[in-house]
Amino acid sequence: MNLIIDIASYICFFIGAFALITGSLGILRLPDVYSRIHAAGIIDTAAVGFIILGMMLQSGFSLTSAKLALIVLFLFFTSPISGHAVAMMANKFGIKPEAKEIKPKNKNAGDLNG
Amino acid sequence: MFALVLLVCAICIVMLTVRAAKGPTAFDRILAVNCIGTVIILGISLHGFALGRPEFVDISILYAVLNFLGTLAILRFYRNSDVSDEDL
Repeated sequence: MNLIIDIASYICFFIGAFALITGSLGILRLPDVYSRIHAAGIIDTAAVGFIILGMMLQSGFSLTSAKLALIVLFLFFTSPISGHAVAMMANKFGIKPEAKEIKPKNKNAGDLNG
Repeated sequence: MFALVLLVCAICIVMLTVRAAKGPTAFDRILAVNCIGTVIILGISLHGFALGRPEFVDISILYAVLNFLGTLAILRFYRNSDVSDEDL
């Protein structure tokens, strides 16, 4: 039974570490603020959720698990608020998203829709 | 295993610090520092588990609160710095 809990915990750690690396690379590589907020959301939900779930499996049914659940609950409410505040202020200061305009490949493609 | 996840946290903090150092706008820096705080919450908890002292989770809760309030305080500072706004 102990071995099964250890294996489940390690799987949670692996998924969480993968999400952590994915979110950090996204913040490092994505082009503008609005897409980086998306990468920050990956860190705040998937990475924190899975790594703390792994730690809760390790600590069992105890007070430490309740505190870890409290951290997840707090981040569940505060992460969208801070991300929304950053996006709102960036929009208010006039930062445009770097979206490319999608063009049809040949000229006649646009004529079908008028 | 805890040490391995701590190593991943350290690598991610390095990548986020690069973005916080060279971010083109101030909002990139705020976002990167907020994420560094989130990764440090994980790091404190994992450090406590790796040493066999899970009481470090209390410090982690406190750091989560301070991280959120710090981000909102810096954004509020930017909001008040705009003179032309009317609904301050």
